[in-house]
Amino acid sequence: MTLERFFRRRPPQQKENTVNDDLPDLWSKCPKCNAQVYNKELEQNLRVCPKCGYHHRIPVKRRVEGLLDAGTFQVTSGRVKAKDPLEFVDTDTYVAKLERARKKTGRESAVYAGRGSLAGLPVVVCVMDFEFAGGSMGSTEGEEITRAIELATKEDRAMILVTASGGARMMEGALSLMQMAKTTFALEQLANKGLPYITVLADPTTGGVAASFAAIGDIVIGEPDALIGFAGQRVIEQTVRQSLPDGFQRSEFYEKKGFIDMVVDRRHHRETLANLIAALRNQPKPEVTALEIKVPEPPRTGIFGRRK
Amino acid sequence: MPALEFEKPIVDLETRIDELKTYGSSSNVDMSEELALLEKRLERLRSETYEKLTRWQRVQLARAPGRPTAMDIIGRIFTDFQELHGDRAYGEDAAIVGGLARLEGQAVVLIGQQKGRDTKENIARNFGMAHPEGFRKAMRLMDMADKFGLPLITLVDTPGAYPGIAAEERGQAWLIAQSIQKMTRLRIPVISVIIGEGGSGGALAVAVGNRVLILENAVYSVISPESCAAIVWRDAKEAAKAAEALRLTARDLEQFGIVDEVIPEPKGGAHNDPVGSSEELKKALLHNLEQLRMLDKDALLDSRAERFRRLGVFEEI
Repeated sequence: MTLERFFRRRPPQQKENTVNDDLPDLWSKCPKCNAQVYNKELEQNLRVCPKCGYHHRIPVKRRVEGLLDAGTFQVTSGRVKAKDPLEFVDTDTYVAKLERARKKTGRESAVYAGRGSLAGLPVVVCVMDFEFAGGSMGSTEGEEITRAIELATKEDRAMILVTASGGARMMEGALSLMQMAKTTFALEQLANKGLPYITVLADPTTGGVAASFAAIGDIVIGEPDALIGFAGQRVIEQTVRQSLPDGFQRSEFYEKKGFIDMVVDRRHHRETLANLIAALRNQPKPEVTALEIKVPEPPRTGIFGRRK
Repeated sequence: MPALEFEKPIVDLETRIDELKTYGSSSNVDMSEELALLEKRLERLRSETYEKLTRWQRVQLARAPGRPTAMDIIGRIFTDFQELHGDRAYGEDAAIVGGLARLEGQAVVLIGQQKGRDTKENIARNFGMAHPEGFRKAMRLMDMADKFGLPLITLVDTPGAYPGIAAEERGQAWLIAQSIQKMTRLRIPVISVIIGEGGSGGALAVAVGNRVLILENAVYSVISPESCAAIVWRDAKEAAKAAEALRLTARDLEQFGIVDEVIPEPKGGAHNDPVGSSEELKKALLHNLEQLRMLDKDALLDSRAERFRRLGVFEEI
């Protein structure tokens, strides 16, 4: 019963008739602290709630913009598109699902990648897009990530990979699974050239993505409160027949358990990554202007001086 | 051997033939004509069933009770197996066995995912579902093989890596990722054989071989048919449909280049003739090892990388 309830699609929520209907969306409500936040302010904060620090999902383009030096990003992804090797059909065809994902995102896969510079340092940035089929990794995503890593290797750039994915894409069967190995082989070439590889684990990073390239960065950074892990929480609950402890499988949890180097607020990714890459490549400390955060940061109260 | 659901008609017929035989010999009535007819029908029924196995039936064969486990296969194909225990960091995980052995005199390192042969052993072995320490043990054995230049043979048979609280706490995702990474670095011949169930990341963690072989009735999938069915039809009972959709049989995988060779099994599955099926596997291991022996260390690594670089189906724009 529980399972059935879990999967039942919720009917679309009716928008309440309010007086603001004819106005542009000026505010958003933070799902965590319920504060009304100016959308403009939210955008300036890279979609981190200025009141409580909650990390909303951020569109991949906006993330790259917030990370790299203005005007330096050149997209290199988008040269391959998915096929339907299994002719997979469940309640709908895989082809139709792909079509919807393409329409929704305007892209051919859940990977957005390219070269650019970060505080003057040459990098390749590769971002997974949760909006495209839950960021799941099929052949196309595996190929895009592999090519991005190969590009970094060839052009002597540091590699930054931001993950947001439910895991391997079921609709491509074992072919999806193989992408875990394919991408890892590419990372070996990058490592052999002594180039830094830094992963940023955004919400969520689970399954085959967590269990391959996400976990093996030279440095692994978690976004605050991101869900991370191999098995999904529902699967674990069904297996062990007990409810899961608070904060289980979150970034902070894995930092405490020793699997993540640090949990970093998205607003600090730019200077953090720049400093780390420069240090790993033994280059002078970069001049990098941190994103100006006009509003207070979340209270640092947890045992690591971060969040509870 | 308990029969699988789809094998019931065969077993029923076999029983009737046996009864008739007993009756014939005890009563002096000549039943040979009837017997011959029934035997013929049995033969036909067997062919019809086993030559047209559905994907779901293959899954059942891959999980069949009595199907040779990693330890059974090790015992039949290799000699002088010396099991080595522990991950040198946390503990011993009985879901993964490993150690040194000889294959026709050649020393090799073995890693096998081990299901239990009965309930008691299954509990001890956690149904072949490893925790992080199991993968860590596998990794240290890989290092050992690499250091001494010994071929590595891995036998894959797991429903998947264990999805439990402790496993997640100890970094299941990290250990799987590290194990894959370790295998991308080995400068030795690596042969992986899917002998039963190749369950997702937990299987791949020890299956990044220069050659990936699979037994005819084994399966290898990104997700179990039950879990897939639970997600898309919200009902695990639709597993048969999911098994079809997932294309997880040996022949399917061969088409996509995910496996290099399908090793034939006797009619009705490896458990019907464990000795014969081991012979086939042994032959396959020997000739693959022979081919890999011609490659030097760099070529072994490069050719493994190239093998996996090609995997994936997509379209250039």
